[in-house]
Amino acid sequence: MRKHPLVQMLVIGAIAVAIGIPIALIIPWFPSEGAIQAGNVRTLYDVLLIASVPIFVLVETVVLFSVWKFRMRPGEEEKDGPPIHGHTRLEVLWTALPAVLIVSLCTYAYTVLRSNEASKRGAMTVNVTERQFAFEFSYPQANGKTVVSPVLYMAKGQPVVFRIRSLDVIHSFFVPNFSEKIDAVPGITTTLRVTPTRLGTYPAECTELCGAGHSLMRSEVRVVTPSAFQTWLAAQPANAAPPIGVPPPAAAQPGVPGAAAPAAGAASTGAGSSASGSSSAAGKTLFAGSAGCSSCHTLAAAGATGTVGPNLDVRLRSDCQSAASKRIRGSSLNQCIFTAITKPYAYLPPGYRAGIMPPNFAQTLTSTQIQSLVSFLTGVAK
Amino acid sequence: MPIPAKLRAPGWYRAALFDLIGFGFAFGLTVLIRWLMHEHPVLDGNAITIVALIAVPLFFLAGMGTADYWFYWAAGKPSRAEDHSSHGAHSWRDYFRVNTDHKVIGIQYTVTSFFFLLVGGLLAMLIRAQLAKPGMQFLTPEQYNGVFSVHATLLIFLFVIPVFAGLANFVLPLMIGAPDMAFPRLNALSYWLLPLAGLMMLMSFLAPGGSFASGWTAYAPLSTTMPLGQLFFSVGVQLAGASSIATALNFLVTIITMRAPGMSFFRLPLLVWANFSTSLLVVIATPFIAASQFFVLLDSALHFHFFDAFVGAGRDGNVIMYQHVFWFYSHPAVYIMMLPGFGIISEVIAVKSRKPIFGYRMMAFSLLAIVVLGFTVWAHHMFVSGMSPWIRIPMMITTAIIAIPTGIKIFSWLATLWRGVLHLDTPMLFALGFLTMFTLGGISGVMLAMIPFDIHVSQTYFIVAHIHYVLFGGSLFTIFAGVYYWFPKMTGRMFDDRLGKWHFWMTFIFFNLTFGPMHLIGIQGMPRRVAEYASKFAAWNLFISFSAFILGLSTLIFVYNIVASWRGGPRAAANPWRGLTLEWQVSSPPPIFNFDAVPTVVGGPYEYGVPGAVHGIFKPPVEAEQAVAAGSFTTPPSQKSHE
Repeated sequence: MRKHPLVQMLVIGAIAVAIGIPIALIIPWFPSEGAIQAGNVRTLYDVLLIASVPIFVLVETVVLFSVWKFRMRPGEEEKDGPPIHGHTRLEVLWTALPAVLIVSLCTYAYTVLRSNEASKRGAMTVNVTERQFAFEFSYPQANGKTVVSPVLYMAKGQPVVFRIRSLDVIHSFFVPNFSEKIDAVPGITTTLRVTPTRLGTYPAECTELCGAGHSLMRSEVRVVTPSAFQTWLAAQPANAAPPIGVPPPAAAQPGVPGAAAPAAGAASTGAGSSASGSSSAAGKTLFAGSAGCSSCHTLAAAGATGTVGPNLDVRLRSDCQSAASKRIRGSSLNQCIFTAITKPYAYLPPGYRAGIMPPNFAQTLTSTQIQSLVSFLTGVAK
Repeated sequence: MPIPAKLRAPGWYRAALFDLIGFGFAFGLTVLIRWLMHEHPVLDGNAITIVALIAVPLFFLAGMGTADYWFYWAAGKPSRAEDHSSHGAHSWRDYFRVNTDHKVIGIQYTVTSFFFLLVGGLLAMLIRAQLAKPGMQFLTPEQYNGVFSVHATLLIFLFVIPVFAGLANFVLPLMIGAPDMAFPRLNALSYWLLPLAGLMMLMSFLAPGGSFASGWTAYAPLSTTMPLGQLFFSVGVQLAGASSIATALNFLVTIITMRAPGMSFFRLPLLVWANFSTSLLVVIATPFIAASQFFVLLDSALHFHFFDAFVGAGRDGNVIMYQHVFWFYSHPAVYIMMLPGFGIISEVIAVKSRKPIFGYRMMAFSLLAIVVLGFTVWAHHMFVSGMSPWIRIPMMITTAIIAIPTGIKIFSWLATLWRGVLHLDTPMLFALGFLTMFTLGGISGVMLAMIPFDIHVSQTYFIVAHIHYVLFGGSLFTIFAGVYYWFPKMTGRMFDDRLGKWHFWMTFIFFNLTFGPMHLIGIQGMPRRVAEYASKFAAWNLFISFSAFILGLSTLIFVYNIVASWRGGPRAAANPWRGLTLEWQVSSPPPIFNFDAVPTVVGGPYEYGVPGAVHGIFKPPVEAEQAVAAGSFTTPPSQKSHE
C-alpha cells in the first residue's frame, strides 16, 4: 500500500511553497524606490506575497493532485465517489484560519498606512494644480511670493506635503517610484505626503481618465540635493510667470473673462514692461508650460508637439480666415484667437468637435494671461 | 382607410411603425417645450435625440407587443388569456418574437449576450492593436477612450449580467420543478429591454462627438461635460438595469413560491441558491446606478449642477458623491457577476466529481454572507478619491473579511473534488480552470484591500489584471462551463468534446499570458485607460497584444463548436451526465411545459455515491415520501459503497 494521498499531497505542497515564495519575491515588481513611503509599500507587498503563495499553492495542489489521482479511469464510467457530506471541524478551521490571517494583514497594513501618512516636522508645502492636460507645481515662499514650475523639483530627504487641486475634471497625481497617489478633485483640496530618499528623475502621471489628452498628461519629478534645490528655487523668478493654475477666483463670474481675477499675478506681469514683446514672451511660457496648451497642440515656436487638437503651425491663421469663423469669432486675428481660447466651441474648425478643449479658460486664466497668449499666438501665426 | 393586419398585430412591422411614432412624439414634445420656454434654436438636434433615446425604445417595446396584455386590461377590454400557443420555438424565427416560454427566453437571453460578447471582444482586439506599440496608432485618443468604454460597458451590462440571467432563466424553473417563471410576461419584457440597451451603446459611436468616452464608470464631472454620446450610456444603462431588476424580481418570486412539493430551501440546488442571492443583490443595488446615471443625464442635459463643484464660482456640486452612489451599485455588481457563476461551478463539480457538495449548508450561508457583506465594501474603489480618510479603514476590513465566505466556497469545492471520480470533460475543465484563475483574482483582491498597496496600484494595469482575473478567469470561465454543461439540455444536441477541450486549453493559456503580465506592468506604474504609454512598457505590451489576439481567436473554436453542434451534433440523451437535479430528469430539450407530472422532491440535490439516492420523483407527494426515504439527506449514508 502506498502512502496516504493526504501525506503525499502535503509533501508536494510544501515543496511548491518553498520554491514559489523565493520566485515571487525575486521578481522585480516595483520601479526603483524613490521615497520612504515606497519602501514601506514594498515590504507590505512582500508580506502579502509570502501569505498568498501558500494559499495559491494549496488550491493548485489539491486541484492538480485530484486530477492526477482521482480522475475517472476506463471502466469507472458508472462509479460514484464516497458520499462525504462535510466535516464540521474542517469547515470551522478553514473559516477561522483565513480570518486570523486577514485580521493580521489588515493590522499590518494599517500600521504602514499610519506611518506613510504621518505628518513630518519641517515638511515643505507644494501646491499641485491640475487641469486638462497639464500639471503645475507651485512653491509658496516665506516672503509671500510663489514660485511655479511645470516640473516638480524636490530636495532629497525633505518631507513634502502636496496640496492638490483640479481646475476642471478629476485628475490624479501619481509617482510610481514614491508609491503614492491621490486624485485631484474639483471643489476640494487633497493631500499627499512624500519624503524622497533617492536622487533621480521620475515620471509623474495623471492616472484618472480625464479626457482625450489623458494619456499625454505626464510631467516629471526631479529629486535633487538640498543645496541644488535651493539654488534652483532661488533662480526661479518669483511670481514672474503668473500662476496659470490658481483655482477659479472666489468672486469670478462665470462667462466674464477674468472679471475679478487676483491682481497679484497679473500686476507683476505687467510691472516690468508693457511692451508687447514681454507680454508675448510670457505668452510663450504659458503656452509651453502651465496653461497646458502644448500637451494638445503642435506649435514649433513654443516647441509644442501635441496631437490632440489642431496643429497651430498649420491651422492657426487659415482657420481664422474662413467666412464662418470671421462671422462668429471676429474678422481680426486677435479677436479670433481670443474667442478660440475663451469660447472654444463658438466655432469649431472642420474635423474637430466640442468637449475636448477645456471651455473654462476664461475663468481659470487672468485677462492679462489671455492677452499674453493672444499676443504670442498672433505673432507666430503662419 | 383600414390599417393592414401586419401593422396591427404585435411584431416587427408594428414595432417599426411605433418607432416612427415614438420619434415623432419626441420631436414634437421637444420642439413644443423649447418653443414655450423661448429657447433658441427651437429645433435642437441634441435635445431631440435625448428625448428620443427615452421615447423610441418604449414605443418599440409597445410595438413588439410586450405590453399588449396590460394595455388591454387597463383599457377594460377583454384581455387575451395566455393559451400557451406561442410556447416553444419551432424555427429560428420564433426566437425573434415576443415569447413567454422561459426556455425560449433563456435561449434568447443567452444568444443575445454572446453576440455582445463577440462585439465586446472585437473592441478588446482594437484596444490591444492600439497598445501593441507605444505612440499613437490608428485610433485617435477620443476614439480609443470610446472603444474601451464601450468594451467594458457591453461586457458588463450586456454580457456577464444577462448571460447568467439567461442560463438561469432556462434552467432554474426546471431545477425547482416549476412549469415556468412566476411572471412570464414580465420575463419577456425584461428580455426585450436588453437588445435595445446594447444597440443604444453601440449606436453611440454614430453620435456627433463619438461614443461615450469616460469609461464604464462615467465619473463626473468628466461625463457631464462629454458630447452627446455619453447620454447613450446614461439611458442605455437604465434599460439594462430595468431588465436586470425585472428578472431578479421574477427569480425571487419564482424561487419563493413555485418550488415543487418537498423542495425545501435546503434541498435547493446551489445554482438556485446562487440566483436567489444574486437577485437580492440586484433588486437592492441596481436602483443606485440608475440614480447615478440620472444625475449625469440631468447634469448634462438640463444643467442641474449636481457635480459642478467650483464652489468659488458660486457652484457647490459634490464630485465624490457620484462615486459613492455609483459604487454602491457597482461593487455589489461584482457579486451579481460572480455568484451565479459560483452556482454553476457547484453543479458542475458535484456532478463531474460524482460526490455530494462538501458542506452544502455552509455553501448556501456563505452566499448570503456575501450578499450582506457585499454592501459594506463599496468605498474600497475610492481609496485615492479624496474622500474622508477614515472611511478607508472600515472598508479595508470589510473587504478583507468578504474573502472569508469566498474562501469557504473555494475550500468546499476542493474538498468535493477530493476522492471523487473526476470526469475531465469540457465543463469540468472550465470549472477547474475557474478555481485556479479565481483564486488568483481573489488573492489580488485581498492585496487591493490593503490600503497602502492599493494607493500604489489603483488606476494602473494591476487593476485591469485583477478585474479580468475575476470577470474573465472567474465569471467567463463559469459561463463557458455552464454553457457546455447545459448545452445538451438546451438544444437537445451534444457538443464536440474534443473541440471543447481545445477551446479550454487555448483560452486558459492565452488568458494567463494576456492578463498575467498586466500585474507586473501595473505595479511598474503603467496607468490604465491610456492610448499611449512610456516606451519602457513596450516589450510587455507587444507580448500582451500578441497573446490577446490568440485569445480572441480561441473564441472562434467555441463559436464553431456551438453552431455546428446545434445544427448537426448527435442527439443528446435526457441525462448525459447522470445528474440528480430535476432538469436532467426530463427529455432534452425539455417538454413544452417542462414536466408532464408535477415532481416531488424527496432528498438533497447532490446525493452522489449514496446508494439508491433520488432527488425528485414524478409521483404525488404522499406516495413519494413512502417510496424513497433512503436517499434523503438525513439518512446516514452507507459506508459500503467506497470500500
